[in-house]
Amino acid sequence: MDCYTANWNPLGDSAFYRKYELYSMDWDLKEELRDCLVAAAPYGGPIALLRNPWRKEKAASMRPVLDIYSASGMPLASLLWKSGPVVSLGWSAEEELLCVQEDGAVLVYGLHGDFRRHFSMGNEVLQNRVLDARIFHTEFGSGVAILTGAHRFTLSANVGDLKLRRMPEVPGLQSAPSCWTALCQDRVAHILLAVGPDLYLLDHAACSAVTPPGLAPGVSSFLQMAVSFTYRHLALFTDTGYIWMGTASLKEKLCEFNCNIRAPPKQMVWCSRPRSKERAVVVAWERRLMVVGDAPESIQFVLDEDSYLVPELDGVRIFSRSTHEFLHEVPVASEEIFKIASMAPGALLLEAQKEYEKESQKADEYLREIQELGQLTQAVQQCIEAAGHEHQPDMQKSLLRAASFGKCFLDRFPPDSFVHMCQDLRVLNAVRDYHIGIPLTYSQYKQLTIQVLLDRLVLRRLYPLAIQICEYLRLPEVQGVSRILAHWACYKVQQKDVSDEDVARAINQKLGDTPGVSYSDIAARAYGCGRTELAIKLLEYEPRSGEQVPLLLKMKRSKLALSKAIESGDTDLVFTVLLHLKNELNRGDFFMTLRNQPMALSLYRQFCKHQELETLKDLYNQDDNHQELGSFHIRASYAAEERIEGRVAALQTAADAFYKAKNEFAAKATEDQMRLLRLQRRLEDELGGQFLDLSLHDTVTTLILGGHNKRAEQLARDFRIPDKRLWWLKLTALADLEDWEELEKFSKSKKSPIGYLPFVEICMKQHNKYEAKKYASRVGPEQKVKALLLVGDVAQAADVAIEHRNEAELSLVLSHCTGATDGATADKIQRARAQAQKK
Amino acid sequence: MAFPHRPDAPELPDFSMLKRLARDQLIYLLEQLPGKKDLFIEADLMSPLDRIANVSILKQHEVDKLYKVENKPALSSNEQLCFLVRPRIKNMRYIASLVNSDKLAGRTRKYKVIFSPQKFYACEMVLEEEGIYGDVSCDEWAFSLLPLDVDLLSMELPEFFRDYFLEGDQRWINTVAQALHLLSTLYGPFPNCYGIGRCAKMAYELWRNLEEEEDGETKGRRPEIGHIFLLDRDVDFVTALCSQVVYEGLVDDTFRIKCGSVDFGPEVTSSDKSLKVLLNAEDKVFNEIRNEHFSNVFGFLSQKARNLQAQYDRRRGMDIKQMKNFVSQELKGLKQEHRLLSLHIGACESIMKKKTKQDFQELIKTEHALLEGFNIRESTSYIEEHIDRQVSPIESLRLMCLLSITENGDARCSLDTHYGPEHLLTFSNLRRAGLLTEQAPGDTLTAVESKVSKLVTDKAAGKITDAFSSLAKRSNFRAISKKLNLIPRVDGEYDLKVPRDMAYVFSGAYVPLSCRIIEQVLERRSWQGLDEVVRLLNCSDFAFTDMTKEDKASSESLRLILVVFLGGCTFSEISALRFLGREKGKREFIFLTTAVTNSARLMEAMSEVKA
Repeated sequence: MDCYTANWNPLGDSAFYRKYELYSMDWDLKEELRDCLVAAAPYGGPIALLRNPWRKEKAASMRPVLDIYSASGMPLASLLWKSGPVVSLGWSAEEELLCVQEDGAVLVYGLHGDFRRHFSMGNEVLQNRVLDARIFHTEFGSGVAILTGAHRFTLSANVGDLKLRRMPEVPGLQSAPSCWTALCQDRVAHILLAVGPDLYLLDHAACSAVTPPGLAPGVSSFLQMAVSFTYRHLALFTDTGYIWMGTASLKEKLCEFNCNIRAPPKQMVWCSRPRSKERAVVVAWERRLMVVGDAPESIQFVLDEDSYLVPELDGVRIFSRSTHEFLHEVPVASEEIFKIASMAPGALLLEAQKEYEKESQKADEYLREIQELGQLTQAVQQCIEAAGHEHQPDMQKSLLRAASFGKCFLDRFPPDSFVHMCQDLRVLNAVRDYHIGIPLTYSQYKQLTIQVLLDRLVLRRLYPLAIQICEYLRLPEVQGVSRILAHWACYKVQQKDVSDEDVARAINQKLGDTPGVSYSDIAARAYGCGRTELAIKLLEYEPRSGEQVPLLLKMKRSKLALSKAIESGDTDLVFTVLLHLKNELNRGDFFMTLRNQPMALSLYRQFCKHQELETLKDLYNQDDNHQELGSFHIRASYAAEERIEGRVAALQTAADAFYKAKNEFAAKATEDQMRLLRLQRRLEDELGGQFLDLSLHDTVTTLILGGHNKRAEQLARDFRIPDKRLWWLKLTALADLEDWEELEKFSKSKKSPIGYLPFVEICMKQHNKYEAKKYASRVGPEQKVKALLLVGDVAQAADVAIEHRNEAELSLVLSHCTGATDGATADKIQRARAQAQKK
Repeated sequence: MAFPHRPDAPELPDFSMLKRLARDQLIYLLEQLPGKKDLFIEADLMSPLDRIANVSILKQHEVDKLYKVENKPALSSNEQLCFLVRPRIKNMRYIASLVNSDKLAGRTRKYKVIFSPQKFYACEMVLEEEGIYGDVSCDEWAFSLLPLDVDLLSMELPEFFRDYFLEGDQRWINTVAQALHLLSTLYGPFPNCYGIGRCAKMAYELWRNLEEEEDGETKGRRPEIGHIFLLDRDVDFVTALCSQVVYEGLVDDTFRIKCGSVDFGPEVTSSDKSLKVLLNAEDKVFNEIRNEHFSNVFGFLSQKARNLQAQYDRRRGMDIKQMKNFVSQELKGLKQEHRLLSLHIGACESIMKKKTKQDFQELIKTEHALLEGFNIRESTSYIEEHIDRQVSPIESLRLMCLLSITENGDARCSLDTHYGPEHLLTFSNLRRAGLLTEQAPGDTLTAVESKVSKLVTDKAAGKITDAFSSLAKRSNFRAISKKLNLIPRVDGEYDLKVPRDMAYVFSGAYVPLSCRIIEQVLERRSWQGLDEVVRLLNCSDFAFTDMTKEDKASSESLRLILVVFLGGCTFSEISALRFLGREKGKREFIFLTTAVTNSARLMEAMSEVKA
């Protein structure tokens, strides 16, 4: 503890920088780092090494090897490089390795050395070759900038959505710039390059010369430039050993430093913490590392080995053959607590807690001191914050213990910050573990978010750890566990050496009914790997049949898709499958399939009714559904056919079909209709007027109304219209004509099968009381009263009713008795009633 | 016996939310096509649309002119055309012809098709076949629930009945499931579910799937409605076939209530023009007589008129101040009531006139005889006479169906096609839907079935049998009627003024079967003990109950019951259940129907007409 600040190096008056070891690397590097192309992803990402690059020329026959390691040096992948010469390597934000080849092709590899895709940077690049390339990160994703042999720049700001932009020419540029970099400002990517003593800024429209304000004179060339992690700051290293530091907009100078070393540095990167006022740049030469900032003195380290710098959000990672270290500015909280002789509340609290453990009364003294100043809350917060910035679990623990100790003396200290810090540290320590090898700092972790960290664990196929973290942090299943399980399953289906059954079972066992897991997605992945059978097995687990169908169709399992679609109850889905099937199968097979699926069949029939009448007919034909076939032709006889011959023919076909269907009744009716049609045609020809399409009844009525009584009767006989109906028909028609004479003749032609009450009714309807009365007298006794009432002869009705001694009739008449006129009748009835009751 | 608001009745959920939801969505869709546009509306959608967004709202969102979608070339000159249609193939062809003629004329316009309540793949396919899929943009207006009244929601899908029960087309079931899902997201989950019928079961299962897919939303919500009961129309055709004698039903039978409003012609308004009247609980006069048996309505109305007169008369002897008060506060209400009263009196007169002309009493008597199953011969001859007189084919068909169902297919009267050839198809439709059965068709069917099952595997045979079962559906009305005691035993005159049971909606002669089933199941909280009835209804596989934990449901919500009629319900059934709710334990029924129907609509849906 006493030597805790031993690795702290002051820079100027206010800031300390410390460097500590993250891992001792146990990668077995055969080559020196300087002989390799190196790329390390930020946020503790993986390291890619491409050995034996081509520029060395010494063993051109040997194929180079591409190795990928975790940050702790664990090998992740190793593959022989079989493509063209590579100019530059870089990691995208999704931790995909981008390898820029000399011919401008960019090959994309996954973390495990799996080839993903490739794209080209355009024809111009292909022709002029690539001189140099940079991979940079923007808010949209990862970009690639290329310097071609013709000294032109081409860039794409987002490789996920590739849009190539060729930057304007730099006037008078004859040789390669001494140094250049991609800048990202206001969501636009620029190129800053140095040619001799001049600096140029290239945007997509123009090339403009820029001068950094306050640059010391005598600069003849810029050797190195560095942009900070957030693109806010820029550092320039000149051939005079002078370093200029300012804003990336080149509008403001922050500070300058003269290191008096004229040798070009190997690497120069910014080392600053978010929200810190301190600006510092780390410059690396072959054997020397220098931290310079706004101070007359710099911090110097000796490098024992070839090292490589990786800029991070809040510091710099430095790795070499044997170690991996982190250099950063000591955060304020840590500085306050651990600075020698610090009297900050946090420092006192830490001290108090230690004394307390020693059971010394000094603990009380320290506590009192803090409390007297009223700084206990602040002290606790400081300890919690400082714990976050510590790398060593021991130190984290003692700080947290101090915080927890301090909390006891506070009434109302919200526990969230303490609890969350404990959880976060636990997660961080887990992923920092040697085996996992993601050395994230607390600030990086917060910037990256837990979701992205989980994604990265999934990417490394560290499923169990990811799930444990989800469970530990109690993340909602949909965001956490089930997402990871789905990824796991997608990975699992790619394991070609395991049998379909085993994979399907294993996946189902793990996933079960976890909400948010889409079995169809996993199945789609399986199908993508060429494992159709597995995909079908997996689809069986998919609870939503709607999700199963599209994939089944894609896999050409249309019949299965059809039954699944029907199960889903979604008719649209069924229809989609049907049309698919229709195109896929020949007509016969298609109909057979339909036949076994009544629901699909009726759906398709509905469609055919409107859109494909012929198909409908074929459908019925194939099913030998003569009944429906008959109906179909009947419909055609009045809907589709215009000419009378066509209509009769359609009816004939219909009648045949009905016979086949053993529906004699319908067949007979159809034949009648044919006869009627022909007859109507003849009537039209002979009598004129409109007969076609009238019903039989209306035809007869029309004939009577037209005075063709003979014809009407003939027709009625031909078509065997029942007597009763004919009488009704004639009665109404003649009454409509008001041909009372004919009506009377008709009524006397024979005994009416419908009685004579209808005659009375109809006449009354035509308001002919006189005629009505004629018939009323002929109405049979049981309906006499009604008839008399109809013609309004209440008195006589009453007489008849009394005669009949029928109670119902009596009351009926009584109900018709109105007011004074029928008063006498009413009395009569009442009397009759009374008499009847007496008896 | 008016149904005034009862103090003990549970409060109904606020369904106006559904209207607002639909309106907002429509406006959003209209705004998707910025600028002036002409709107083509399908005739069927006009009345429902009117209830959601009137012309001025449409104008506010830059709808220029309104056209009806009909088979005529459109004369619109607007550069943007918007079509609001049901997802029907015929509409697609209309749109296609319009777009294609524009193309021929070298004209480019913007077209947008809004499908209500949802689009179907078949429609998109027709657009594609016609080669205009790329020229139009398609959208859905998920407007599936129209609150016609405080307790009545209608999907306004009359075609549901024909599509499902006749053509076996199941696509609307999904729409129903989605509507139920919407209800449960808005008004909380339903703790108790019951249902009967094949369609009810399918709709229920689809709905459950939807809920499972999107769970989390409804969880934790307190249920507002305690029970839901789904019922297929084909469980009970009889009730729907009967003539209605409750006022609201009678108005529907006579004047046709369309989308909650009715056009009263000159003979009712006693002026020279027709009047469109909204019929719902807001019409105070109507609200008091809607559930009344018609015989009471006149008495009630005249009483009301006397009261009104008395209130008018209060004017006399008022001083100036009272008079001022009266004019400013009461007069308007009285005037309004006066207007409504005279309308309904007019309607009653008109109904009376029509009904007496066709010998309504005879008709009712025959219907009752059929329901009770006596004097079959007399009824048959009445029906024959009805046919002979050729009064109205629809009416004759209805009576024949009623006879056929109640007498279990023993229709003795001869079927006749003398109405025209298309009615041959109508008969076959009626037979297919199970509304009409000829003598002993069951035997031939079973013979076919047994032959078929010998030929194919068991599974396929099962399916075919399923398909046949709808054809072979034999009505067991008489037995059911006995089991459920549908024909009340009456000692003396049934007092329609003080009804004892739901039979009052049919003059005390018959308790609606559908309502009786609902009553029985709710009483038992399950189908237990009703096995025999369910078997007789041919619904053994399709009767279900589903109870979830009771603890969450408040006692208030358990008094609310949502009844879902798949294929339509009649006003008589609504009145009967309203009565039941009032009578039995202070409950309240809410109705959701695919459309309000009556016997005539039922028959028309089955008829083949010349296009």
